[in-house]
Amino acid sequence: MSALTERQRAILIAAALLVACTLPFVLSGFRLFQFTQVFIYAIAILGLNILTGYNGQISLGHGAFYAIGAYTAAIMMDRWGVPYALTIPVAAVLCLGAGFLFGIPALRLEGLYLALATFALGLAAPQVFKYFEHWTGGSMGLVLTKPGAPFGLPLTPDQWLYFFSLAFLIAGFVLAKNLLGGRPGRALVAIRDHHIAAEAMGVNTALYKSLAFGVSAAYTGVAGALSAVAVAFVAPDSFQIFLSITFLVGVVIGGLASIEGAIFGALFIQFVPNWAQDISKAAPWAIYGIFLIVFMYAMPRGIAGALNALGARVSRALAKPPSGGA
Amino acid sequence: MEILIQQVLSGLATGGIYGALALALVMIYQSTDVVNFSQGEMAMFSTYLCWSMINAGMPYWGAFFCTLAVSFAGGIAIQRLIIQPVQNAPVLAIVIVTVALLVIFNSVAGWLYSYIQKPFPSPFPEKPLKFGNIVFGAHDLGMIGVTMVVLAMLYGFFRFTPLGLVMRAAAQNPVSSRLCGIRVGRMLAFGWGLAAMVGSVAGMMVAPIVFLDPNMMGGIMIYAFASATLGGMSSPIGAVLGGFIVGVIENLVGTYVKFIGTELKFTVALALILVVLTFMPSGLFGRSEVKRV
Repeated sequence: MSALTERQRAILIAAALLVACTLPFVLSGFRLFQFTQVFIYAIAILGLNILTGYNGQISLGHGAFYAIGAYTAAIMMDRWGVPYALTIPVAAVLCLGAGFLFGIPALRLEGLYLALATFALGLAAPQVFKYFEHWTGGSMGLVLTKPGAPFGLPLTPDQWLYFFSLAFLIAGFVLAKNLLGGRPGRALVAIRDHHIAAEAMGVNTALYKSLAFGVSAAYTGVAGALSAVAVAFVAPDSFQIFLSITFLVGVVIGGLASIEGAIFGALFIQFVPNWAQDISKAAPWAIYGIFLIVFMYAMPRGIAGALNALGARVSRALAKPPSGGA
Repeated sequence: MEILIQQVLSGLATGGIYGALALALVMIYQSTDVVNFSQGEMAMFSTYLCWSMINAGMPYWGAFFCTLAVSFAGGIAIQRLIIQPVQNAPVLAIVIVTVALLVIFNSVAGWLYSYIQKPFPSPFPEKPLKFGNIVFGAHDLGMIGVTMVVLAMLYGFFRFTPLGLVMRAAAQNPVSSRLCGIRVGRMLAFGWGLAAMVGSVAGMMVAPIVFLDPNMMGGIMIYAFASATLGGMSSPIGAVLGGFIVGVIENLVGTYVKFIGTELKFTVALALILVVLTFMPSGLFGRSEVKRV
């Protein structure tokens, strides 16, 4: 699918990793935290993209799974004193289960109806968390302590959390690459493109669709748990319906059905609102909306798709002269 | 007993609003297969326009009808400029575009009018009406009345006027209609205009109760969605009846089921939507769709 050769791709990835590893020693404080947040968003966007981009199931309520992940981590740390690193796998498993369960009624819903049901889920989630005050601290939320670097590593807590999130992001990418590049990925895409044909070819659509929901929710839940650890604060108001829409914005801008698009999407939803905020408090959302519409018309495959097309052009241009081409 | 009657009546009042918005959703869904996620925000924006006109010194009913006209024109413009180009795109693209409209309207309203709640006048007298022991707000009654008038007018329009007939034809069978010389695209835009108008009535009627602010429609929309799914997305009458049923259920559950109260209102709507969609996806009054493979 990609226009780049394996070697070019490996070089690009190595370069990106090198940049990612030098950043925490160049930036500090809030800027660094923003990049940690980018990684966390990227994991959530990757999760939503598995469901929406690859499997064609629309979710306008993924903020709910993010919230489940965040509260899982926060409650375990705050109420039971569990070390933060252990809370993240638990959040993944819980969200996998929750997503799988929500995926079962979702099987009967197609397209618009699923969008409606998940929209309702996204709206309802903050209320539910507010309601179970005994566990979640109600609208006051839970305040956590930021963990420092383990094993006596010479890193500040911010630097450590940066690498901690980066590690999860890389693991998430590798997992997604293997999952989507193989048989399950082909099954998901086949269901998206023509579910009846897929079923006729022997794909277990029900199982794959609910699994896609579960895996997608697990990714988002891990992101939520990481954000609870990194922000050290969880409250229902951070999980309003607009969070779910933010993820959708990230998926569309980054590129539907593209793994690396998650990074671009995350960069967009982290940094664009920041400078838009200078214009007005409401401006980020107006800009999100306009970008969504423009992207749907002009770049339906997002930044990743546009870059791929550009890459293909460049390598074709390079390949033309007989001496050129890598 | 009196409490019960009172709760049922005020449930019917808010139910009328849900029904009106659900009707707007269904009108658009039937003719174009689009669920307009921005319906509520469009209504909210119309209500702000009305507020501006009243603030500029216009009498209530003058502003009311001006708002209807502006909303109608706005609905047509949105369909022509923004929805038309993605009309035949996959569902995902359409959902994304209407969600984009939702956030745009929400933020532009916040930008222009700030996020501070504003009181909105009611055209009905403040003095509550008394029937025996039951006290009933005049605004609640007025709301039910206005909803009924809107419904009757829409029904009359679609049932008895040539334009209504043409619009129904365009929605039901676009290809044949076009062969008969009906401007289908124009009729669909007209449908969006009407839906925006119905939505703006709902917004102006509910604003005196919930106060005017850019996020006022969030909670109302989820109930409108629940009403539309309960009544059946393919049935306009079902949507309205669904609205009344949902309004009454909301009030009764809020009063009598202690652990729910008002704090889990959205969750009730979510549960309702999920149950209806799972066990009777075409709703109470809808037809099930048959698709050719």
